[in-house]
Amino acid sequence: MSDASINASTLREDEAGFGDYFALLKPRVMSLVVFTALVGLLAAPTPVHPMVGFCAILFIAIGGGASGALNMWWDADIDRVMKRTRGRPIPAGKVEAGEAMVLGLALSGFAVIMLALATNILAGAFLAFTIFFYVVIYTMWLKRATPQNIVIGGAAGAFPPVIGWIAATGDMAIEPWLMFALTFMWTPPHFWALALFMRSDYDDAGVPMLTVTHGRPATRTHILVYTALLALLAVGAAFSGLGGPVYLAVALVMNALFLRGAWRISRRDETASEADNFRAERSFFKLSLLYLFLHFGAILAEAVLKPFGLGGW
Amino acid sequence: MAIKVTHDLHKRRFGRNLGVGLLLAGFVAIVFGLTIAKVTSGDFQMKPATSSAGQN
Repeated sequence: MSDASINASTLREDEAGFGDYFALLKPRVMSLVVFTALVGLLAAPTPVHPMVGFCAILFIAIGGGASGALNMWWDADIDRVMKRTRGRPIPAGKVEAGEAMVLGLALSGFAVIMLALATNILAGAFLAFTIFFYVVIYTMWLKRATPQNIVIGGAAGAFPPVIGWIAATGDMAIEPWLMFALTFMWTPPHFWALALFMRSDYDDAGVPMLTVTHGRPATRTHILVYTALLALLAVGAAFSGLGGPVYLAVALVMNALFLRGAWRISRRDETASEADNFRAERSFFKLSLLYLFLHFGAILAEAVLKPFGLGGW
Repeated sequence: MAIKVTHDLHKRRFGRNLGVGLLLAGFVAIVFGLTIAKVTSGDFQMKPATSSAGQN
C-alpha cells in the first residue's frame, strides 16, 4: 500500500513531535514568567475580571515562550556546544532553526496583539519591548559581547510582573518597578552560581561569562556584593505598598539564608569546591529558586489578605 | 525508509495535528469567553448620546 501524501525521500526518522515545538518555548522559564506576572496582576489595586486576567497571563506567557524560541534559533550554534543545552530541539536535530524563528516571530506578534486587545495597549507595548529586549538586546548583542550580559539581560526576565500590573491598571506605579528590581538584582547571583558549577560550558561556547573573563574568584566576590545589594532591596520593599508582616518575615529569613550562602561561596576556593563537587554553589543555586518563589509568594499573600484587613501595614 | 500502514511517523504527525487542532479550538473558546467577559462587564458600552432636545 502506498501513501500519496508521503514523499519517502524527505522522510526523517526523528521528525519533530508536538512536544518538541512546545520545548522551544522554554516551559520552565515560562512557569516563572506566569508566576511573577500573576503576582503583578493580583497585587495591582484594580480588580480584573477573571477571564481577562487569565487571558493576560496566557498571552504574557506565550510572549515569553516566543522570545525563548527566538533565543533558541539565534543561539543554536552555542547550544550545540554546551552540555546543558545540547538536548534542546534544534541542536538535537529535531527542529530546524528556521522553524523556530518562524514560530517565535508568529507567536510574538500573536501574543502582543492579543494582550493589547484583551487588556490595554500599554501592556501590549511593554510585552513587545520585553521580547525585543530579550531577543535583540540580550541574545543577539550583549550575551556574546560583555561579561555583564547576565546583569543587563536579567531585565528581560524582570518585566513580567510589570506587564501584569499594567494589564490590570493600564497605568504605572512604583510597586511593579520594585518587583522588577527584585528579579533584576536576583538574576546575576542566580546565574553566576550556575556558571560556577557548570564549569567549562560557557568557556567552550565562547560566551563571555564573568567566570571566563574575570575569573572564578572575582565571580564569587560579585555574587556576595550583588546578594548584599539584593538583600537591602528585598527587605526595604517590605515597607512599600507591596509589603506587610508576612513579606517582612519571609524577606528577613530568606535574605539571611541567601547572604549566608553567598558568604560561604565567597570564602571558598576552587580546591575546596572541587573536593565536594560544588556543594555550596549548587545549594545556593537551589536556594535562589526558592528565594524568588517565596518573595513573590509573600507579595501575593499580602495582596490576597488585604481585602480581609490582614495584608499590608 | 519503508513506510508501514501504522508507522511511528503517522503517530507523530497525528499527535502534531491533534495538538494544533486542540490549540485552535482553545483559541476559539478564549476569544468567545473574552468577548462575553468584556460585553458583560460593560467594556464595550457606548456613552449615552447627549440629548438634542435640551439644546433647542
